[in-house]
Amino acid sequence: MSTTVAREGVAVRAAGVGKVFDVGGGRRVDALVGVDLVIDKGEFVSLIGPSGCGKSTLLRLIADLLQPTSGELVVNGKTAQQARLDQDYGMAFQQSGLFEWRSVERNIELPLELKGWDKARRRARSREMLELVKLHDFAGQMPWQLSGGMQQRVAIARALAAHPELLLMDEPFGALDEMTREHMQAELLRICGEMGTTVVFVTHSIPEAVYLADRVVVMSPRPGRITDVVHVKLGRDRSELTREAGEFFEKVTEVREALRRPDGSGDEVDSAQEALNLRGLGVDDR
Amino acid sequence: MSPQLRRVVAVGIPPVVFGLLLIGAWQWWVVAFKVEPFVVPKPSDIWSQFVDQIDRVRAACVVTGFNALFGLVLGALVGFGVAVVTNRFRLVAELVNPLAVTVAAIPAVVIVGVLNNMYALDSQIGRRIMVTLAVFFIVFVQVTKGLRQNDATQLELMRSYAATPRQVLAKVRLPNTMPYLFTAIRTAAPIAVIIALVSEYFGGTQDGLGSKISGTLNSSNKALGFAYVLGGSVVGLLFFAGSSLLEYVVVPWQRRRHVR
Repeated sequence: MSTTVAREGVAVRAAGVGKVFDVGGGRRVDALVGVDLVIDKGEFVSLIGPSGCGKSTLLRLIADLLQPTSGELVVNGKTAQQARLDQDYGMAFQQSGLFEWRSVERNIELPLELKGWDKARRRARSREMLELVKLHDFAGQMPWQLSGGMQQRVAIARALAAHPELLLMDEPFGALDEMTREHMQAELLRICGEMGTTVVFVTHSIPEAVYLADRVVVMSPRPGRITDVVHVKLGRDRSELTREAGEFFEKVTEVREALRRPDGSGDEVDSAQEALNLRGLGVDDR
Repeated sequence: MSPQLRRVVAVGIPPVVFGLLLIGAWQWWVVAFKVEPFVVPKPSDIWSQFVDQIDRVRAACVVTGFNALFGLVLGALVGFGVAVVTNRFRLVAELVNPLAVTVAAIPAVVIVGVLNNMYALDSQIGRRIMVTLAVFFIVFVQVTKGLRQNDATQLELMRSYAATPRQVLAKVRLPNTMPYLFTAIRTAAPIAVIIALVSEYFGGTQDGLGSKISGTLNSSNKALGFAYVLGGSVVGLLFFAGSSLLEYVVVPWQRRRHVR
């Protein structure tokens, strides 16, 4: 695997991470149990699974928007909380979450404003980010004047404005139409390739997970856990042709089969087992 | 004709025609059934009184308009401020909320009576306080609602930026209340005029629309009384138009909420 910007080391390390939600009335739900996962710097990892499998919960634990009930989580070599306080990561959601009263460029500048950057530096950076997402003609527009796809590009530019090493994305293209979606996927790969960003990407689309990721982490519900890890060896230079390649379809099939296994034990498929062994992570033994 | 103009005409013409028809029917009814002018005056008489006495009507409109504006501005400021404080401190909310509801439930007439006794006969303070109270409640309720209804994604983003509670208030919660604040002001503006007018009706200085209406409607010149009522309608409409324009300018995203 090669990246444009070489980064060494581990971006995220989860060891035995679990999350129990108290849903009231004395009832507790295991949203996530025994998650072991190591994400290298510069790696693109997709989290996929049906609803209730805890993929969004795992992303929010990494972001310190939620706190784990058990296990240990290290982000950028520190606690998840410290990583959040240091603004080590950028984040984007299915909803763009743009601030309606701020222009496009002032939306992008918000995280920098909270970091205490001066205005000139903020403006220079927002211009750079707008170039990157190809929206430089829209700097002064208001969010509601843009299409859904453009709003999502602004949200991504904002997430990357501080040049974070880590980008956390929760179904960011989920609300977009198929054409826009494929275009955005290619753009995201290009941008993160240029910047050497580590990406954790939550999705429920199998082709999207495979097209984007170096590794697809397959998850299962009740209780939410990792059941499989599929390595996608398509290289980093992916184009529209990648979507039509035989290798691509093989990986899509592999992920689909991993998702279909009821208990997610992963014994039937050799390649999945091999994938787990390769990096020594994934399935929890218990 | 430009498309915009055509739309304005298409939307504006029917209600105008309908209104004119109603006035025409009123005129016909008074003439045809020989209704006495001290019972119900003819629209044409009201209009000629309105034109002839425009200086007196305008003077009364200015007094009432200023009373309403005073209460509208003060009530909006206090309502907004109290909503922000009660949202921040739970204890204050528990103290203020029941009180605000109780005061809002007391009929305006009662409060005006008390206020009129508290202040000198030539004072405008009583009616202004009454308008302030009415506007305060509308704004307070709406802004409180706005402060509680925040976009979950925006709040998660602010947390990911390690923002302090003060920064979240300044950069998310307060801007989010703006549509609620200006909708409340638009709702409260015509009500402010009515409350001012009604408060004047029940005593105090005799220079506002309310006093003039109560004085003239009981006299033989009923048409002049109706001319003052017409003046009150004009002030109410101006307040509504002004506050709508304010909302249009200050919260433009309210016009097109397309942000996902």
